[in-house]
Amino acid sequence: MANREYTVPQLFKHIETPKIEPNSMQLPGPFKAKSNHQQTLGFPSELIDNWQQNAIDAMGQAVNQSRGLRVFLDSCVKCGACTDKCHYYLGSADPKNMPVARQDLFRNVYRKYHTPAGRFLSKLGLDWLIGGQEMNRSVLDDWYNYYHQCSECRRCTVYCPYGIDTSEITMAARNIMSQIGVGQKYSTEVISKVYQVGNNLGLPEAALQNTLEGLEEDIEEETGIFVKLPLDQVGADILLVAPSADFFAEPHVDGLIGYAKVLHESGISWTFSSKASEAANFGLFIGNEDSMRKIALRIREAAIDLGVKRIIFGECGHAWRVAYNYLETLAGPFDFLDKNHPMPQHICEFTHDLIQRNQLTLDPSRNNDKTVTFHDSCNVARASNMGGISGGQFSIPRDIIKAVCNRYVDMAKDTIHGATFCCGGGGGLLTDDLMEVRVKGALPRMTALNNVVEEQGVTHMAAICAICKSQFSKILPVYGMDMDMIVSLHQLVGTAIILTGQKKTIHQKIENQHRLL
Amino acid sequence: MSLDVNGVIYETDEEGYLANLNDWTMSIAKAQADKDGAELEDAHWEVIHFLREYYNEYQISPAVRILTKAIGKRLGSDKGNSKYLYELFPHGPAKQACKYAGLPKPTGCI
Repeated sequence: MANREYTVPQLFKHIETPKIEPNSMQLPGPFKAKSNHQQTLGFPSELIDNWQQNAIDAMGQAVNQSRGLRVFLDSCVKCGACTDKCHYYLGSADPKNMPVARQDLFRNVYRKYHTPAGRFLSKLGLDWLIGGQEMNRSVLDDWYNYYHQCSECRRCTVYCPYGIDTSEITMAARNIMSQIGVGQKYSTEVISKVYQVGNNLGLPEAALQNTLEGLEEDIEEETGIFVKLPLDQVGADILLVAPSADFFAEPHVDGLIGYAKVLHESGISWTFSSKASEAANFGLFIGNEDSMRKIALRIREAAIDLGVKRIIFGECGHAWRVAYNYLETLAGPFDFLDKNHPMPQHICEFTHDLIQRNQLTLDPSRNNDKTVTFHDSCNVARASNMGGISGGQFSIPRDIIKAVCNRYVDMAKDTIHGATFCCGGGGGLLTDDLMEVRVKGALPRMTALNNVVEEQGVTHMAAICAICKSQFSKILPVYGMDMDMIVSLHQLVGTAIILTGQKKTIHQKIENQHRLL
Repeated sequence: MSLDVNGVIYETDEEGYLANLNDWTMSIAKAQADKDGAELEDAHWEVIHFLREYYNEYQISPAVRILTKAIGKRLGSDKGNSKYLYELFPHGPAKQACKYAGLPKPTGCI
């Protein structure tokens, strides 16, 4: 199941709607889950006997539990508004990557088994009249393949006149597949590591401690100031929950250094937790509420154990979606926290507040080697808010960048804010066995970026999501751009901050000199 | 999946990462590199041995900065950066070097 040979899409001036190429992405799908990971998550280790009936029953349960899902399945009028909105369709031309077609893989089975008309017509052998589809091996193969060519980004939903949320259908399909023993290797392995070690990477406490100490040395070497990166500090005011990639990868770690500098300057005590050493919640990606809850509860337990008053999330797109929308339901009530602060709070909200109150000494000229643009991460843009103001999730990150950089440029209007394009690697697709899907799905974002590079001299693109950063590090060179173009938003902040007591003449280590992943 | 080294069969995952950490030998690393059309020289071995040492202590491969700093100390400060590591391991130093070191593939949001 290694990646096949494929052609990298060409960048044009505009994001073109391609002529359809049926079945061009008819692939085996990502690697299947290992049996031990399936078991860790409470799923059957392999495809079960009588899986067809089990899948049909699980679908019935899903539509009965979620009225939203049933409405999404019932309300499509095939208007076509979504057809050219998905980055995977735009990059691959396979018509099954049109959101309506992706939904229909599920909808047609639903119609046959779970609608009165479908049940009646099935008895007469006439369910084809309403597009009814039997649950069979070919459908399962299409599900596994095409529901892993959706990053659950919800761009199609923005343009759908009925607001049909394809991501909910993708999640439901993945959850049904997990329940009949067909899980995805990447997501189940990652969730297993969260259960067993505490984070997606499997970074044990000793390694985490060692990594944080190394970063303290780096900051001191750079600034001359000792900035503590505390771990499991009982009684700290703030629990900072960051994606584990922030401890590990480039450019993520430069963002983490930025958080540390901001928190240090705030004068408020804070800590990481070895139990909740991960912001991400891949339970969302596989559409499984039990996994989501179990992962979310770690954060609650860590907050109680450490006796913190506030919880702040680092730069992780879907973590913020889960925190903003579901954390209270999954792991609440959080009535033990200080009610004078937002719960949850995003690190961007925290930094923005300090900037507005002139609590940070910033020298934006330190970023004068850059002209920066901002990639709105899909989960932040379309599933959350910041600052409690309309559009705050768009304005707050941009306000921060403008406070720490002198040159800022937006990409084309139909590719930012609520219309943003996914990086191409979200929703559980950030795995090498899906590289073709990731490369093709990045086409619209790469097009928009390339335009501002050529027309406005943009040198860097900032993001606030670990997946986006890793995806772009990998994909930018494929499209002929430099991998170092992608930066963490708080990396820009960290570069511009002058710490209290820091001599302004100290040589700054500009940016990440070592990029690895 | 498996890897044949001088007639001995070793179990690997779908992408050629060794299934059992303790199976590792330098011959296996060479065989894996051969498959990728890469040749392992002294500098590669420095990285591979460091990764194995770190993994033995912490049960995970090192973060990027830890690796670059360690290599800088061992091979000279001009080599303590990712550019140098990318020259050694063009497919991405963390993933490619981990493979030759017999370590599991790092996964997560990376």
